[in-house]
Amino acid sequence: MRQILEPGDSAGAPGFFIFMGMDENKHTGRSVGIVTPQVARFTEPITLKCGAVIDDYELVFETYGTLNSDRSNAVLVCHALNASHHVAGIYADDPENIGWWDNMIGPGKPVDTNRFFVIGVNNLGGCHGSTGPKSINSRTGKPWGARFPVVTVEDWVKSQTRLADRLGIRQFAAVMGGSLGAMQSLQWTISYPERLRHALVIACTPSLSAQNIAFNEIARQAIITDPDFHGGDYYEHGATPKRGLRVARMVGHVTYLSDDEMANKFGRQLKHGRFNYSFDTEFQIESYLRYQADKFAEYFDANTYLRITKVLDYFDPAFEHGGDLTRALAPARANFLVISFTTDWRFSPERSREIVTALLDNRRDVTYAEIDAPHGHDAFLLDDERYHRLVAAYFDRIGKEIGA
Amino acid sequence: MSGNGNGIQRPDFAAIAEWVRPGSRVLDLGCGDGTLLKYLKQQRGTTGYGIEIDDTSILACVRNGVNVIQGDLERGLSGFEDSSFDYVILSQTLQAMKNSERIIKEMLRVGLEGIVTFPNFGYWKNRLQIARGHMPVSDNLPYEWFNTPNVHLCTIADFERFCRERRIRIVERKVLTRGKPVSALPNLLGALAVYHFGS
Repeated sequence: MRQILEPGDSAGAPGFFIFMGMDENKHTGRSVGIVTPQVARFTEPITLKCGAVIDDYELVFETYGTLNSDRSNAVLVCHALNASHHVAGIYADDPENIGWWDNMIGPGKPVDTNRFFVIGVNNLGGCHGSTGPKSINSRTGKPWGARFPVVTVEDWVKSQTRLADRLGIRQFAAVMGGSLGAMQSLQWTISYPERLRHALVIACTPSLSAQNIAFNEIARQAIITDPDFHGGDYYEHGATPKRGLRVARMVGHVTYLSDDEMANKFGRQLKHGRFNYSFDTEFQIESYLRYQADKFAEYFDANTYLRITKVLDYFDPAFEHGGDLTRALAPARANFLVISFTTDWRFSPERSREIVTALLDNRRDVTYAEIDAPHGHDAFLLDDERYHRLVAAYFDRIGKEIGA
Repeated sequence: MSGNGNGIQRPDFAAIAEWVRPGSRVLDLGCGDGTLLKYLKQQRGTTGYGIEIDDTSILACVRNGVNVIQGDLERGLSGFEDSSFDYVILSQTLQAMKNSERIIKEMLRVGLEGIVTFPNFGYWKNRLQIARGHMPVSDNLPYEWFNTPNVHLCTIADFERFCRERRIRIVERKVLTRGKPVSALPNLLGALAVYHFGS
């Protein structure tokens, strides 16, 4: 069941939909328990950076915790590539479906939902319920498909402000995210500097490197050249470019892990203990990749995947300032917590340091930590005591600041 | 560089705070748990950052509400613009730096002025221990020869010669023993040296 929030509805007590779960988490904190997605419908057209206009759209979101009376304790969590609005908790009808940042958000967890009102939102163009390529285009009555515009981080942030308006949130206590999610929190500080007090920018980069773009292009080519892609209008053909999506996911997945992590997890382990001189899965890593790819191709929309890789490629706030990131970040007013992970070769600590340097040049309040974690880019999603303690301490500071 | 220890107020902090102009911008190198920065923020209304390499200290800084950048001082201060701070402070860390000369130069590039504190190796108690045939161990030098992080210990006379030879202008000096100022025979009677210098 989804709660529908129509234009003009006031979400006076969005936390109303949340039921506190009683299940003990392995951490000190607990799970937020059973959660229910809500939908916000927007009828005011949104003009995207590419010039396209979407007349009306929906954003699906979840909230955890309670918005306080002065609406100052809201935290927006921006999702990365393949995640969604389902950030924490579980669904009543699907208890196995745990939110993607459940280890970070919940009662007594680093982002403590006893103190903060946390919002997760599926971005425009997504495939988890928000308006995206597989949604029906109200102008044509058919799925958007290939005609769904190429969105950007700026567009996402713009649409998120409309959700904030709908929920009556003038200023977020914090906007946070990892990877592509961190790009959104960084963009918030540039586009809407007065609308957030703190930005948590985790495992981020100020722009993709040529290598990053190259990996994305391999993923796109895998999808686009799949015969089932039909130029992006595969819905009307009753087809899904699963083969392409599988390869795209495999490429992506490899870049999220570190060499050491893969060596530790899989090494050269063989499934059958010997070489079979065939092209079946022989090494455990092959088996793992195929399994991850199959799982992903079942639920993820190829058109969304294509667009999200472009969102990543286009992100470059310095671009419009002659490559000068310091100038790009000049409007920012937020305080920053920037975190990188030593083994992240996708968005390496050097790239986070570029952001930090630009913030220092702008004399912003910034704390920067480089977490020595073995897991590569995905470390931002995993349990790491030093990392979680740091986020907890930072949120404690935010809580004290706003009296939450 | 967790040189600032465990948060206990150190005698050189008050000495440093007396020199720091209210509202100035401060960079604290090897800031430890951020106690000095917090103290300066409260006493002098300063803004700025600490640089620290140790994970536990980074967490302590966040808890202390001070800005900290995780990094290795041995790699220099390349992320910082020239003359972007009023003061760059190196408190009880100089003696543990591999490249002491370079960090002093970096301090004067990034800051208008520098403040450095170090244990005076020429303090009579240190001399006495050496005269008795042993490396000194004291409150200010709490390590044994085999586990000390201190690789570049110096005396007050050494530091002043270092500054003289490099045309570094010493603005002020304070010499302390057990937190009390020492005026006579500082290189012999002073346990801790606090220098304020400029280019």
